[in-house]
Amino acid sequence: MKYDVILAGVGGQGVLSLAAIITLGAMKDGLTVRQSEVHGMAQRGGAVQAHLRLSDQTIVSDLIGKASADMILSMEPIESLRYLAYLKADGVLVTSTDPVKNIPTYPEVEGIYATIRGLPSAQLIEAAALAQQAGSARSTNMVMVGAASAHLPVQEKSLLAAIDELFSRKGEKVVEINRKAFQIGWETAALAV
Amino acid sequence: MPEAVLLGDEALAMGAIDSGISAAYAYPGTPSSEIMEYLQAVAPKYGDFVAEWCSNEKTAYEAAVGVSLVGRRALVSMKHVGLNVAADPFINSALLAIHGGLVLAVADDPGMHSSQNEQDSRFYADFARIICLEPRTQGEVYEMTREAFDLSERFHIPVMVRLTTRIAHSRAVVQTGERRPQNPLNKSTEKAGWLLLPSTARKLWAELLENQGQFLAYAENSPYNTLELNEEFFEFGVITAGLGWNYYMENRDEMAVKPSHLHISVYPIPGEKVRRLAERVKRIVVIEEGFSFIERALLGILVPAVKISGKEDGTLPSTGELTPDNVREAMGLKPKQGIEETGLEIPGRPPQLCAGCPHRDSYDALNQAVAGFDQKVVTADIGCYTLGYLPPYQAIETCLCMGASVGMAKGASQAGFHPVVATIGDGTFLHSGITPLVDAVASGSNMTLLILDNSITAMTGGQQTILTSSRLEKLVHGIGVDPDHIKLIIPLKKHTEENAEIIRREMEYEGVSVIIALRDCIQTPKEKKKKEAGE
Repeated sequence: MKYDVILAGVGGQGVLSLAAIITLGAMKDGLTVRQSEVHGMAQRGGAVQAHLRLSDQTIVSDLIGKASADMILSMEPIESLRYLAYLKADGVLVTSTDPVKNIPTYPEVEGIYATIRGLPSAQLIEAAALAQQAGSARSTNMVMVGAASAHLPVQEKSLLAAIDELFSRKGEKVVEINRKAFQIGWETAALAV
Repeated sequence: MPEAVLLGDEALAMGAIDSGISAAYAYPGTPSSEIMEYLQAVAPKYGDFVAEWCSNEKTAYEAAVGVSLVGRRALVSMKHVGLNVAADPFINSALLAIHGGLVLAVADDPGMHSSQNEQDSRFYADFARIICLEPRTQGEVYEMTREAFDLSERFHIPVMVRLTTRIAHSRAVVQTGERRPQNPLNKSTEKAGWLLLPSTARKLWAELLENQGQFLAYAENSPYNTLELNEEFFEFGVITAGLGWNYYMENRDEMAVKPSHLHISVYPIPGEKVRRLAERVKRIVVIEEGFSFIERALLGILVPAVKISGKEDGTLPSTGELTPDNVREAMGLKPKQGIEETGLEIPGRPPQLCAGCPHRDSYDALNQAVAGFDQKVVTADIGCYTLGYLPPYQAIETCLCMGASVGMAKGASQAGFHPVVATIGDGTFLHSGITPLVDAVASGSNMTLLILDNSITAMTGGQQTILTSSRLEKLVHGIGVDPDHIKLIIPLKKHTEENAEIIRREMEYEGVSVIIALRDCIQTPKEKKKKEAGE
């Protein structure tokens, strides 16, 4: 088994903590993990991507090749399309609907949604609104982990345990909100599948 | 053995800790910064070693050499262009009688994710005539760092561990081993081994050259340099180095044959292994991350007996990073078929200054100030504020290397141009901006220096600068800038008019003026408070 995910978003959206949760969850399931990240200049409000590779065997490359990713998981709609060349023909695209309009020429949002809906397999998640429902806008990325988990080869309980572990030092309330965000994300994606 | 999920940078730090370092020194720079960040984060847990940021890579390197002199082990880490700054002590230290293990970890940035160029540090190791190790997995980063310390003490040379972005910034499970104790204090007894006078240096240089045979023998026999021969396929063979191995192996299962394959992780280049490969094949494809270091060594000037392919003949791109895709193409495999293009044009999203960033207000004021002049030169430097080149600010015109804004402004003004403004961050000023300011004061240059002081090294993740902001003004004063022309401004929107007026007046002043725009980076106040509370 091998499962490759391209993570996308805008610097500051919590793409790396999203990656960290999935990585830790996958390890709890005994999978081998490679996770390539972006640091430095690109983090300042620019497009960021990370490559996350899960397998029950050795992983040799830190990067995913084109037309090879099983999933594109994005915190932002146009960022989800930026790396489309990396998605397999039968891969799934899971993205938040919330645009980050920090550039002068942001395309018309409905057109982006329509393009995404036109893909063979895609899910649009209203992550920010769902995170509010969970108790905090800051849990948006956990909504997206939840949505992704409907497809990922990682057990739900392992991802929840990863959330517990990574958020525990921020207190019980933060853990609870993030668990709830995960559940809401999962339900939303699973119902739509 | 204990396991941990570590970035390549963190695996290197852990390898150094388990090798028994007494000290580690560094200057922040992507993609190397996380080495020192990790050392500092885990220092309380793993014990009694120094882990410090320094003013620049040169001072960091020199401190590490001092540790070696008294018999203890030291790590020094930096990004590739940082080694240009540290090149003087680095190259010369190869001649010294290195005593306690001295390891240089240098992280190259092919593709220039966050750099000015994509220079390949293997040339520096070759230039200094020392051993270089190039790991391809995070596990190897850990092991090779340990090996590097052993080699340094065995051959009495500094040893380089070369990382590149994708290994430095990728996480994997790393198995760590036993931690060995630090060396006791034990000053070197090699009296002529630490002083480079022409008479001693000639002898030490001859010794270093004499030892090349031993370094080569080590590389030839290293189990990291593996040669697999295919006795039935002669069309071509492959040499991989560094991450070239990863991308080659990612594709190899799809290749009809497995060609003969030499992997090189340990330099000097193991020539005998290369020759054994060359005897078997008509063509060698070299897949290496960075410049065409191995490829050019094989090509030479005279026509080689075997055709050499790689970055020089266009089999692989000569700029940027290797990827699974360009290596795939080099191996003659067809691209995989993915999803059809949507036709929607995706606008670029370059990095930009954060909302609320003090540099935004400084650049607004600067742009207003220069608008009153018919012409201007605005030099700049390396940091977040280099983004001021991009719209909407387009406030700066140059970025060369750390500290160059000041020296270039001096030169432009001495060439007769007016007005000239240099912009530099506090971290970069402390790194390499002080000495050119001394030059400017000494020559009475007609220039204005705008120090964008956010009290942190921001671009690389918010490392503490070496001097606190309160000392910058005194420093500038001490250099001899006229106190009437040292101005402090607070870059906030409400002060923009007033700040622009101060900048404009100082631009009109004939002589060196310094304006310090002081406001904390908005990203790091929490971190800073935490650190201050702890200290």
